[in-house]
Amino acid sequence: MSERLDVRKTYKLLINGAFPRSESGRSYEVTSFAGEFLANVAQGSRKDLRDAVVAARAAQAKWWGATAYNRGQVVYRLAEMAESRRDELAEHVELCEGVKTREAQAIVSRSIDRIVWYAGWTDKIAQVFGGSNPVAGPFFNFSVPVPSGVVAVIADQDSSLQGFVDTVLAPICVGNTVVAIPSERRPTPAVLLGEMTATSDFPGGVLNIVTGLSDELAPTLAAHEDVDGIDLGGLTPATASELAAVASGSIKRVLRDRPDPAASLRRLRAFVETSTVWHTIGQ
Amino acid sequence: MSTAPLRLVTIQDHGVRIPSPSTLPAIESEAQLHGLLASLSGVDAVGVEARAAKLATRSIKKSTKLAAINLAISMVDLTTLEGADTPGRVASLCTKAMHPDPRDSSVPSVAAVCVYPDLVAHARKVLGTSSVAVASVATAFPSGRASLNVKLLDVREALSAGADEIDMVIDRGAFLSGRIGQVFEEIVAVKESCGNAHLKVILETGELVTYDNVRRASWIAMLAGADFIKTSTGKVAVSATTPVALVMLEAVRDFAETTGRVVGVKVAGGIRSTKDAIRYLVLVNETVGAAWLSPTLFRFGASSLLNDLLMQRLKQQRGAYVRADEFSGD
Repeated sequence: MSERLDVRKTYKLLINGAFPRSESGRSYEVTSFAGEFLANVAQGSRKDLRDAVVAARAAQAKWWGATAYNRGQVVYRLAEMAESRRDELAEHVELCEGVKTREAQAIVSRSIDRIVWYAGWTDKIAQVFGGSNPVAGPFFNFSVPVPSGVVAVIADQDSSLQGFVDTVLAPICVGNTVVAIPSERRPTPAVLLGEMTATSDFPGGVLNIVTGLSDELAPTLAAHEDVDGIDLGGLTPATASELAAVASGSIKRVLRDRPDPAASLRRLRAFVETSTVWHTIGQ
Repeated sequence: MSTAPLRLVTIQDHGVRIPSPSTLPAIESEAQLHGLLASLSGVDAVGVEARAAKLATRSIKKSTKLAAINLAISMVDLTTLEGADTPGRVASLCTKAMHPDPRDSSVPSVAAVCVYPDLVAHARKVLGTSSVAVASVATAFPSGRASLNVKLLDVREALSAGADEIDMVIDRGAFLSGRIGQVFEEIVAVKESCGNAHLKVILETGELVTYDNVRRASWIAMLAGADFIKTSTGKVAVSATTPVALVMLEAVRDFAETTGRVVGVKVAGGIRSTKDAIRYLVLVNETVGAAWLSPTLFRFGASSLLNDLLMQRLKQQRGAYVRADEFSGD
């Protein structure tokens, strides 16, 4: 019997629940931490981002319209999927980040625990960030947290999995939809996680992943008027300042923090608006 | 159909050589019509699809794109054909037709609004003396299943309410069962009722099954006096496609070259994006030439297309993608 041919994997984009190649037909080479060839990854373009934002916008009303409990189940399902493919994730984290096998396993465990943690948050946001306000008049007055809408995420450049989980799931679990640009040099763990969303009941368009060169892609998202918020934490402070100025042109919410588990509430709150309702008290 | 040297000239300047004076053949019997249609060559389906696909890859950028977007806006027949239409909805549609982007007076107004006959009077009132025409579907739109008397009454009512253009449907049942004389005579009768009003004949290509049928139906409509031939009602599963538009444009070209009569084309149904619209413009330019790149000879029947054109126009100006809610819904 002849020798078996290699089945090589193509790392593609995730747009609207599908895995297309870049519209531009480009791809770029990703190497491991040690400098060895790791994968050819789709190099997304301006138009891929445009399509991703259209998908995210279309999906947002449905995602926010689902019950908080249901959103939690969907996010928890992602943790289940990640758990069953944890060795694959760990292998990529090890190659990308240059850490020891045991440390890579620990990163994957922490990442999956973070997913579960975010799943738990979906139906607790309203109690923690909202509430009833005392007013001097015959009214009930409530403040309710509502999502900003479509959030663009330039994910952390170093923490290829755990950082990605934090930057992406925080806005998603409060009801936003996300267009994410993973770490430019270490994108494969994020692409794997994207694949897992396809088997965890994430509606198409809730998480869109466009791999590519962040210098090329991030300005498009910062200027895009149909993006309501942008997380610039994955960029250098200088670039982030520049793009924050661009983002102000369309009055976006801007977050510039790097992911930090100790400051998770701040991240959860970054892309939330407060809707206040006055309701007359019946006699 | 025409001699070889003449074809060479037409290919070079992308134009149609129109003989003058016009020599429209008089159709006196169904047999003669059958004979004329039989003389048309069959459509090379693979060739048509390949050519339409090839032309769809043409890249239109920057100032050319802006010009194409402006042209496409001026070609839109802004349409609302829903059972739930109200005078208020038609009024807002008409306002939008006159000023697609109220903040920017350099945006051209659209060619026409297209409504059901009972709403023509409302549209007329709002549009007043503006350049936007009122088009009305008639002849038992969209199925065309009514007697000729009912269809003609439908047309007359739309005209007396103030319609400038009539979009009629052909009797697809008659066409598909070979009663092409009936199809022809109905169009002739409607054209007579129309008087000076422009007549667009909807072939409903999604129900005609083959490209050969599209070519034949185009010829029947043009011979019967159509001012425009139109692809679809927008009410069946398959609406306008680029290969079908190519077949119709070729029919218009051949008709102009043999008879000297110039007929317009309207594509309708399913055209939602600027990219699609520009593909059709490329098709028009490459098939019948730049003379057809005008609202008098080419139209888009659409509703959501207009907002996408406006969004892409703003994108060209601002350099960033814009929000869908920059512009009013319909």
